[in-house]
Parts: sequence; C-alpha cells; structure tokens
Amino acid sequence: MCAITAPSSSSTAAGPPPGTAAVELHGITKRFPGVVANHDIDITVRRGTVHALVGENGAGKSTLMKILYGMQKPDEGTITLDGEPVTFHSPADAIGRGIGMVHQHFMLADNLTVLENTVLGSEKLHGIGDGARTKIMELSAAYGLGIRPDVLVEDLGVADRQRVEILKVLYRGARTLILDEPTAVLVPQEVDALFDNLRGLKAEGLTVLFISHKLGEVLAVADDITVIRRGTTVASVKPADVTSKQLAELMVGSELPTPETRESTVTDVPMLRVSGLHLSAVDADGVPREVLDRISFTIHKGEVLGIAGVEGNGQSELVEAVMGLRDPDGGSIVLDGADISHAATRTRREGGIGYIPEDRQRHGLLLEAPLWENRILGHTTERPNSRGALLDTSAARKDTRRIVEEYDVRTPGIDVTAASLSGGNQQKLIVGREMSHRPKLLIAAHPTRGVDVGAQAEIWEQIREARREGLAVLLISADLDELIGLSDTLRVMYRGRLVADADPAAITPEELGSAMTGAASGHLEDGPADGATGGATGGATGGAATDTDDGQGGGRTR
Amino acid sequence: MKRLDRDKLITAVGAPVLAVLAALVLTSLIILISGKDPFRAYQVMIEFGTTDRSAVYIVNKSTMFFLSALAVAIGFRMNLFNIGVDGQYRIAAFFAAAVGGALSLPGLIQIPLIILVAMGVGAIWAGIAGVLRTTRGVSEVITTIMLNSIAGAVIGYYLTAGRLGEKDGNLTHTPNIPESSHIFMFGTSVGDINGFVVFAVLAGFLYWFVLNRTRFGFDLRSVGRSETAAAASGVDVKRMIVTSMVLSGAVAGLVGMPTLLGESYNYGTDFPLGVGFTGIAIALLGRNHPVGIALGALLWAFLERTGTQLEFEGYDQKIVEVIKGIIVLCVVIAYEVVRRWALRDQQRRVGEELARAGSNDKAEVGA
Repeated sequence: MCAITAPSSSSTAAGPPPGTAAVELHGITKRFPGVVANHDIDITVRRGTVHALVGENGAGKSTLMKILYGMQKPDEGTITLDGEPVTFHSPADAIGRGIGMVHQHFMLADNLTVLENTVLGSEKLHGIGDGARTKIMELSAAYGLGIRPDVLVEDLGVADRQRVEILKVLYRGARTLILDEPTAVLVPQEVDALFDNLRGLKAEGLTVLFISHKLGEVLAVADDITVIRRGTTVASVKPADVTSKQLAELMVGSELPTPETRESTVTDVPMLRVSGLHLSAVDADGVPREVLDRISFTIHKGEVLGIAGVEGNGQSELVEAVMGLRDPDGGSIVLDGADISHAATRTRREGGIGYIPEDRQRHGLLLEAPLWENRILGHTTERPNSRGALLDTSAARKDTRRIVEEYDVRTPGIDVTAASLSGGNQQKLIVGREMSHRPKLLIAAHPTRGVDVGAQAEIWEQIREARREGLAVLLISADLDELIGLSDTLRVMYRGRLVADADPAAITPEELGSAMTGAASGHLEDGPADGATGGATGGATGGAATDTDDGQGGGRTR
Repeated sequence: MKRLDRDKLITAVGAPVLAVLAALVLTSLIILISGKDPFRAYQVMIEFGTTDRSAVYIVNKSTMFFLSALAVAIGFRMNLFNIGVDGQYRIAAFFAAAVGGALSLPGLIQIPLIILVAMGVGAIWAGIAGVLRTTRGVSEVITTIMLNSIAGAVIGYYLTAGRLGEKDGNLTHTPNIPESSHIFMFGTSVGDINGFVVFAVLAGFLYWFVLNRTRFGFDLRSVGRSETAAAASGVDVKRMIVTSMVLSGAVAGLVGMPTLLGESYNYGTDFPLGVGFTGIAIALLGRNHPVGIALGALLWAFLERTGTQLEFEGYDQKIVEVIKGIIVLCVVIAYEVVRRWALRDQQRRVGEELARAGSNDKAEVGA
C-alpha cells in the first residue's frame, strides 16, 4: 500500500532559485460534499518561513491541506512547488516532492519503538539498522528534537509522539511540513517547545505550513498568515500588522454573530436535578477511574447551564449518564419531578429530553438512510412518526419537508441520504428534529462544532427562542465564547468533578480558560478590570472565533 | 421527486440486469473454454426448465430457498451474519418431526403445533448465539457456525433406533407424522404444489411489513445501520440483537416444514441438507428484499432443476454450480457498483447546491 519512493536527491539538492515560493496554490476549487467546498484558494508560501493558515472549524483548512498532500484532487486550480507546476495523485507523490504531513491524530504503532516507527514504510531509505539510527540521530540533533530511538512509542507522552511524527516526515526527506492543528493536544509549555522546534526547522531552510484556529499561537510563531473563511482565502497578512481581534474578524467575516443572550428567562421551577452523580469506568489502560465524581446541579426552566472544561474531563460521560447511555453507580437524576436515574434512553426521550450529540455522525444520524428516516430516529414512538406500533411514513415525510424548510437544510430533497449533506446541514436537521418535539430539556453537546457561521447563528437563535419558552438546556461546548454568550450559569468541569462556577456576565474567556486547567476553584470572581470586557460583551472576538485566547490551550489531562 | 424515482428505478432494475448480462457473458466463456456450445446449453436449460413438471418442481424447491433466505435476511438487516440457518432449520425440523410423529391430534391442531415447535426450536438455537453475543461478546459468525455442527451431533445422537428414530431399511428416521397432519396440496396434472408456499408468501409479506412499516422494524434497521446512533435514539441494542436472532431462527425453523409436512413426513438421514447456506447466497441476490429474494429463490431452483438435464446432454453438471457462483459474484459486484454510482450522483447534486451557496459567499466576501 505504501508506495513510497526515495526522494530523488537531485530535485532537492539542486535547490530552487532564491525568491521563488516554496508552495503556491492558485485558484484551487474542490467541490466535496460533507465538508465546506474550497473555492478560488490562493496561497503563496515563501521558502524558509512558518506560514499559518487560520480559519474556523469547517472553513476548509483541512480539505485544502489534503489537496496539497495529494489525498484529494482539486477540481480546478494549480499547485506550484518551487516554481514548477505539479499534480499529485497520492500522498506518495507529495512525499516524493518533499512535502510531509503531521496529522492531528498521530499515526504511530504503540508497540513499536521510535526507530521502528520512523523506518516503517520507508525501509528502503536507510535500511532498518545502524544506517537508519545514524540518520535519525542526525536529524534529531540538527533540529533539536531530542529523539530517543529505542523507547517504545506507548511510553511516550503526547509531545514526544508529535516529535516522532515530525521526525518521520523529515526522515522521508520533507522540505515542506504541513502541521494540522499541532497544538490542539499540547499543554502550554509543550506548545512553546514545539514552536522552538518549528523555528529550528525554519532556520535550516525548511518551510512549515501551520494550521490552527488559535490566534494567539499563530501570531506568536508565524511569518505569514493566510485567513480562510467558508472555503476561500479572504486575506493574507503579516503578524506584525494585525491584532488578534482583527484576525478574528477576518476569520468570521464582518457580521459577527454573537451567541449573547442577556435578558434572563430563568425561572425558579427546577427541570433537571442531578445530585451526587457518580460513575467509575475502566480506562484504556485497565485502570479504574472516577469519570464522574459527586456531580450535582440543577437546571431550571428557561435556564441554560453551560459546562466548561478541557475535553476528556467527563463531559461526554455526564451527557451519556443523563441520556441513559451509561448507568451511574450512584446519585440521582430527576427530570421534571420524575426520577430517571436508571430509566431506559427511550423513556427519557419520551419524557422530553432532546439530544444534540457531540458526534453527530455516530450518535445523531443514520448516514446511509434518507433524511426522512433520520427525522424518525430518536422519536420513533412519537407523533408524527408513528401511530401505535405502526410508522406513519407519509406524516414523517411531510414533517421532514417542514423541517428542511424551516431550518434551512440545504438539500435537493428528503430522499437523499444524510451522508451526502454537509456537516452544517446535518446539524440543522438534527436541531430541527429535536426542537420539533418541544423538549423540556435539551442536551446540546458542541451544538455548533464544525458548522458554518450562518448555521451557527441560526442554531443559537433556535436555542434562545426555545429557552424563552421555558426550555432547560445543558450546554457542553469547547467554544468559550459560545458558552459565555449562551449560558445563564456556568460550571467548570475538571477530572470528573464540577470544580468551579462562574457568572457568564462577569467572566472572560481567559479566566474561564485558566479555571479549566484546574488552576482555580470555587466561585470565580470578576477578573482584573482590563481583561473583563472582551469576552463578556461578546465583542470583537465574537462567538464564532473559537479558542482565540492564549490562556486556553493548556490543561489537557492525559 | 421524479428524479429520485428514476434513481430508485435504476438501482432496482439496473443492477440485476447488469449482473445477469455479465454472468451470461462469463458463463458462456467458461462453457466455450470447456469445449462445448454455450447457446445449446442455454437452449436446453430454457426448454427443460419451462416444462410444467419443472415449474412444479421449481415452485416447491424455491419455497424452501425463499424461507431460508428470509431467515438470513433478517440477520443481514441487523448487520448480523447468521450462518447458522442450516443448523437451525435441521434441528427445528428434527424435533418438530419427533413431536409430530409422537402425537395424533386433528390436523387443524397438530399442523400448527408442529410448525410452532419448529419455530420455537429454531428460535432457541439461534437465540443461543444472540445471548452469547450480547453477554460475552462472541461473534455470531463463530457461534452460529459451531452451532451448526452441534445441531448435527444432537440430531445424530437422537436419530437412532431406540431413541427418537426408527430403522427403515438403510435409513433411520423419526416416526411418520399421521396423515391428518399432512399439509394441503394444490394438485396439478403433473404433480402437486406444496401448500406451504402460502405460508412462505405470508412470511415474505410479514417480513416486509414489520421491517418497513412498524416502529419495531425501524428500530431493528437503525441498529443495523449504526449501533451507536440507535442506542442514542433509545433502542436497547443488546435486546434487539437477541430479538432479531430469535426471529431469524424462528423463520429458519420454517425452512424444513414444506418437506416435513408435504413430502417426507418424517425426519430421516436423507432430509435435505445445506439449504441454510443456499439461503445466504439468495439473500445476497435479493438484496434482503422479499421480492428480490423470491426471484432469487426461483432462479436458484431453476438452475438446480436444469443442471441435471444438462448432464444428459453431455454437459458437466457442475457447470451449473459455476453459473451459480458467477451470478452471486456478479450481483454483489453490480449492486455495489450501482450503489456507489447512485451515491456519487446524489453527492454531486448536493455538492451543486453547496457550490451555488458557496459562490454567493465569495461574492459577499469580496464585497
């Protein structure tokens, strides 16, 4: 499968004439259902620089990089490397031309050593023995990677694994490295170390293409920045010329949607009361762990309770426990006066819980089924989908047409499969479906993740409207502006516990971000006066620009 | 809407036509290579296969195939691979025959009783695999195929004189069921059509109705499409796995009934074998749709019938086995090709919508 050819030394050794761009993408257009299409992309990457590509989730950054790496073929447009037009049919072609990619999710074999992982698939280059070891140590020394070739990958931390991925790419002779959201998995100190590595690569004349949506990091490390929005490049700027505020505006466009909801609709009627919820589970290493520890909270009618936290701190488990997908070991869950602690998922759904799952493709949709069947999913027993034990297909189809219309799901019809819709439209269908049953409680896990700006604003509006009518919402989000803007109450989750609470009117994303790393607990007081305005007013950084602050990157627990 | 209807038609008709054409070309080549005239072979098959006597044979044979494929298809719709239909129908027919042979009640009571025993035994046998899958995580592929052997061993143990069998010449079989328990027949001048065909048609209709028109069927299909999404939607996935295995086994229990109630009247060492595996091929052919399965079953019976005749005409009888294999391969490939084409076409049209919206964005961004 891996037809990797050794890069011909002549092509790299000859060297391009100085001043030629290392990579030039011109007029790239890719129509690809399921993600935002790329169109009319123009990027020029100078050799020996760190070039950042920024944009929101779903703006089309990853698709673009897949095109450059030969994983996707563009429908239109040209790719030029060192002044020479190229066409890639596969990643092997791209590797042959000195392009290497470090994926967001590492692709390493845990049970092999660093050396073995590095040579895997490229045994022809320097063999698998001393030749390879010499080469690896050379690269490690040249770029300051600090590689220990004989350690098993499973014993390495995240940052070290990432360095092994970079090493793998360099080992294959890459002169241009693509890093897809490399900081998403790192804590702040590791981010700094990574940036030192990147500067080292740059100093050796290598080119780095760096994808991110964390503006602070981008401004810190990049020489050039290209902003991509809704599948197209909208600006190329130098970090010295812009502030992170301006960059955020470029990313989301001028009409900044804000998730803000200020007039309170909170009532004193409790809708969901969770007390002392406890769940332990055995993790991947076979060690039992408390995933939920003494979780207690109450959501009232008309209230949005936002849960902040670095992913993997128990939010998913909390949602699954409330949905009945996991059976808690202790504690109780009471919905509108009825104890549902151990009720079946269907009972809970019928009892009025709406669910916008974190992973819509795995938990919210039947991808190969037509839209109207997806409209039935999760509400099989409810009108208009069924009467008694029988399905009412014509009513379900009619109602699907209504949802498509009202929620602006862009589709040629209701008989197409869910898989052929774009992510945003899939999400709109799910929101429409869940809202159509007038839930008492809505569980919204990352409701606007990977959704374009327009759809995002619509989804926020839907949640706000339902909240006005007395809906209780449990909101989980990694988008701090979304959390602050939509929530009436904020709680911070850390290692399976609710460690802090905050008033969304008074807190900034920066303060929230540091609480998420476990640095603060109890009630979070108003921060220093100079920092207090930015996020709370939903101002320039807007709801859409996720993770735009510097303080939020860290605290990943592993 | 019109457009989608056309799509549906192409997928429904295009694939089988494509498959049959490809299969014809390939088998012709193979017969040619073996040094014989393919067109003569087809002529023999069509002439012999369309005689009245053959028609009766084909209908009777396909009843069994149809039921077997239906049992397999229930599993397929759940993403379960019930390879054990073979063991399920045999052990079901065996115990049904034993019960039927031991009693002599009026037919109106005893026939339903025999059928219920068969369905119950089949359901239990398949249910074992379902329970093992949900409680111990053992793949149903492994358990059902092993249960096939166990079924054979159990039958072998009880089917001896002195236990549940009696000796009859070279054969051992269960006591004959009383005449009152023989199923009704549609008599024709060239032979009888087994009345069980009525039950088969009924089973096919129920299968379609339950899967496509009831809440239960929707839940079952959603588990087949995505276990995670089904669980989040409120389906008890584990229970659904057991339920569908039990249903599959119950239908498998019917497979041996036409033979038992209308032909052999006992379960002996000569009871038909391997029908469960035929069912897998036919379920694939028919795309788990009852009409498709019915056509597939008829085709299969036709091939079995005409294969013997080919031998008289100097062709190797095994050529029919080759044809069967080629047809299954062609059908599976053709369906996949057409399915991908339809999906791409659909995605292209959705993509066009997106691109239209996209170009608006560009204009707006540029402004």
